[in-house]
Amino acid sequence: MTHVHDGLDDDSSTGKGEFVQDDIDIDVDGELGFEPAVSVTGAEPSGRPAGRSRTAPAASKPGSRRVLRRRLGAGAVLIGALVSMGGTYAAFASSSAPDTSNSAGDIAAGRQLYQTSCITCHGANLQGVKDRAPSLLGVGGASVYFQVSTGRMPAAGQGADQKRKTAKFDEQQVKQLAAYIQSIGGGPQLPVGDLRAGDIAKGGDLFRLNCASCHGTTFQGAPLSAGKVAPGLNRATDEQFYAAMLSGPESMPIFSDHQLTPLQKREIINYVQTLKASKDPGGNGIDRIGPVSEALVFFIAGVGAVMAAILWIGAKAE
Amino acid sequence: MSTTTRRSNGPRTPQGKAAKFFDDRLNLAGPMRKQLNKVFPDHWTFMMGEIALYSFIVLLLTGTYLTFFFDPSSAETVYHGRYLPMQGIPMSRAYASTLNISFDVRGGLIIRQIHHWAALMFVGAMLIHMFRVFFTGAFRKPRELNWLIGLTLIVLGIIEGFAGYTLPDDLLSGTGLRIADAIMLSIPVIGTWVSFLVFGGTFPGDVIIERFYIAHVLLIPAILAALIGAHLALIVRQKHTEFPAPGRSEHTVSGERVFPTYAAKAGGFFFIVAAVLAALGGLAQINPVWLFGPYNPAQVSSGSQPDWYMMFLDGSTRLFPSWEVRLWGHTLAPLFWPTVVLPTILLTLAIGYPFLEAKMTRDTLPHNMLQRPRDVPVRTALGVMALTFYLVLFLSGGNDIIAKAFDISLNAMTWGGRILLLILPPLFYIVTYRICLGLQRHDREVLEHGVETGIVKVLPTGEFIEVHQPLGPVDAHGHGRLAYAGTQVPKRMNQLGAGTPLRHVRGFFYPVKEKPEIQAALDELEALEVDQHDVQHQLTD
Ligand code: HEC
Ligand code: HEC
Ligand code: HEM
Repeated sequence: MTHVHDGLDDDSSTGKGEFVQDDIDIDVDGELGFEPAVSVTGAEPSGRPAGRSRTAPAASKPGSRRVLRRRLGAGAVLIGALVSMGGTYAAFASSSAPDTSNSAGDIAAGRQLYQTSCITCHGANLQGVKDRAPSLLGVGGASVYFQVSTGRMPAAGQGADQKRKTAKFDEQQVKQLAAYIQSIGGGPQLPVGDLRAGDIAKGGDLFRLNCASCHGTTFQGAPLSAGKVAPGLNRATDEQFYAAMLSGPESMPIFSDHQLTPLQKREIINYVQTLKASKDPGGNGIDRIGPVSEALVFFIAGVGAVMAAILWIGAKAE
Repeated sequence: MSTTTRRSNGPRTPQGKAAKFFDDRLNLAGPMRKQLNKVFPDHWTFMMGEIALYSFIVLLLTGTYLTFFFDPSSAETVYHGRYLPMQGIPMSRAYASTLNISFDVRGGLIIRQIHHWAALMFVGAMLIHMFRVFFTGAFRKPRELNWLIGLTLIVLGIIEGFAGYTLPDDLLSGTGLRIADAIMLSIPVIGTWVSFLVFGGTFPGDVIIERFYIAHVLLIPAILAALIGAHLALIVRQKHTEFPAPGRSEHTVSGERVFPTYAAKAGGFFFIVAAVLAALGGLAQINPVWLFGPYNPAQVSSGSQPDWYMMFLDGSTRLFPSWEVRLWGHTLAPLFWPTVVLPTILLTLAIGYPFLEAKMTRDTLPHNMLQRPRDVPVRTALGVMALTFYLVLFLSGGNDIIAKAFDISLNAMTWGGRILLLILPPLFYIVTYRICLGLQRHDREVLEHGVETGIVKVLPTGEFIEVHQPLGPVDAHGHGRLAYAGTQVPKRMNQLGAGTPLRHVRGFFYPVKEKPEIQAALDELEALEVDQHDVQHQLTD
């Protein structure tokens, strides 16, 4: 049965730990249509040359991503290349330093927005209002970014479980709010630049270790105890992922840079976003929910079809 | 030798010659003819067992293909196959070879998927078949043995399915295996030993994949095949049951000959079942182990569920309160009750039912005629009660997914499940019992007053009456004189004559018409039969 182990045992040049970024096929056109942009099986997506740099898609990501994820210049590509040679984590970490260049204009605009939309609950000095909302001192721009860009804030009403909604503010305004709250209380901030990097497979392992217990290996989410819910991750953007890890909303733990290094966070994001965009090789993925949705399909389509068949044969009988 | 003697003495075709070769030596023709001339009755509900049989065949075929490529080993390897998101991840060879089957082996993924769908179908068809046997009383003497064989098949089918589900050694099935270990450990006194015995040490150990592999591809399939053989042999020996109808009796069987009609039908049906399974395997993704990741005791995923046939145990675990009972110095794990005690009770009830019913009804006679569920209200109501109990457990097995899909809190789902589990079964017992009695009464009513024609008459007195079509001869008061005979009673005008086989409307989408000359002959024959029936009934009444 030697042919079975094709590629399993042979020492390929891509050893553990030195992930070569050329291994990932990324859609350079960046058009996320119905055809998946990324082929997880390594199969060549229609006529596209394999082995582009990870930084390429940033240039053409639509909408919100374009704003935050600035196009990395040649220097960043070089950094990326260094990482891919392995072991240059330090070089990478420096590139993930938070963007502290919040302009005075942003802060002023953010203050304006805060005073119209947030002040009733969070108070004039961000100190919070008893029985209404917690203090925002020290939560950091990342938390603001997460809460406001996912539409959780401004909150619809009181209550522990704020659900994802359509965002009330555009990307620009979210940044301004974050800049204002950051300027007063400080705290963790979103880094600039590409938030996907590194080894997808390692990201997968880290995801299963740190996140799957709540969000599930297939990112479908699950209810937690006491009416709380770990949401499915299908709609979250790169920035929201990073911000969620930095700020630990609700019952989600905070993953500080000691727990998950900036590179590891990017690997997780790389893994999840790549898999979300990948096609299901086995046919319809039935929402990737697993045995429960399989049971549903089985009883409705499978049992339904054979029952129709026996009724049909039975009706032919005399 | 002249040509004429050759021609008259034996077959000339190669097949014929071969047949003669064997017949001369083994004397097959006589016994074969006897078997092939056996008749098998026709009713759509009699085909449910066949679905299980054909799924089993599909399982054997696809499973054999998978054994060519699957590597049943817990030894660690590092993945370097085609699936990039697993590159360089350490995993067992079992998991790596499953990825290989899915991504590198030609046709591997669809065969894997057909195999899995067929497994769901195998157990599902057995369960549906069991309920049909139950509700029609087919388990009664002399067929109790086949009922017991059938139950063994279901239990083995579930174990076989669980073993197969574990083989890929992915995070989802590994989580299931850990729960299975916890269940074993919960058994008082011997639990630890059982777990040690199965895993060859503490969980997970490094032999479990190897052991489950032998069980899954050799041991259990061999026992299943033998039991299915015995099951079918008993049907041949005891003959199949039928629903009562004019011209049928406890001592005869009617239906199609095994050869050629029944064989053609069954062969065709095999291909239908196989086609449904193939369509599922090609269109709907099942058990995408590459998304779950390799098994790693440090990792766990929310929303981990077993395949549907295990889900009722998952459900009972979720619903059962976590009481720790102390008995004789032992603490019984809460898991013990819902996962060991409960299924044991359910199985015992199922095993004992035929004997219990015979005892309660003091029925010692053999039965070859089936019963309509409405005619045995207590049994039917008990069956529905059991089914309801099972369904509440089954749905509770996926209660986290339901909670999320419908935005209900998980605690509410758990409490709701507990309450429904206690309230619904007795409620459904009463409702079913009432429905059965109502249906019985309606049958009697139609026999007495005839079928509603939908024609309403105004009497000279101004009274409105609906005209009824009597089903047979009537007495002086216009009341029907037919007695209920356990068969279907026509309730609508276009069902009239449904009891007489010849008049039965054939065809699914539109009635099948015979050629004119045949139809004329049939009509004549039928008229004759109807006359005879009338005469018979007048004689017996
Ligand atoms: C209706 C009252 C209400 C309004 C208006 C509101 N919030 Fe909140 N906010 C809350 C509550 C309640 C919480 C705590 C939610 C939780 O625990 O999930 C919260 C939490 C937050 C957090 C997370 C704090 C942490 O500990 O990480 C941030 C950031 C935040 N709000 C920002 C804002 C911003 C920015 C606005 C204005 C756009 C806003 N909120 C408007 C009620 C409000
Ligand atoms: C203890 C359970 C838990 C763990 C572990 C956890 N999360 Fe969460 N996560 C949550 C909950 C609960 C929310 C919802 C917060 C809210 O609604 O305010 C959430 C929200 C999110 C969101 C926002 C989703 C959306 O659409 O708005 C993202 C993204 C996310 N988590 C990513 C992660 C990642 C990545 C990890 C692992 C590094 C992780 N989570 C680990 C519980 C968890
Ligand atoms: C491997 C799974 C099984 C296969 C392949 C199978 C196959 C069959 C077939 C083909 C028949 C004849 C047609 C029919 O009545 O449907 C039959 C009859 C029967 N089966 Fe099964 N069966 C299986 C499981 C079971 C189970 C689980 C039970 C009950 C617990 C059961 C009990 C019976 C009985 C009592 C009959 C005789 C029915 C009659 O004569 O009316 N079988 N089986």
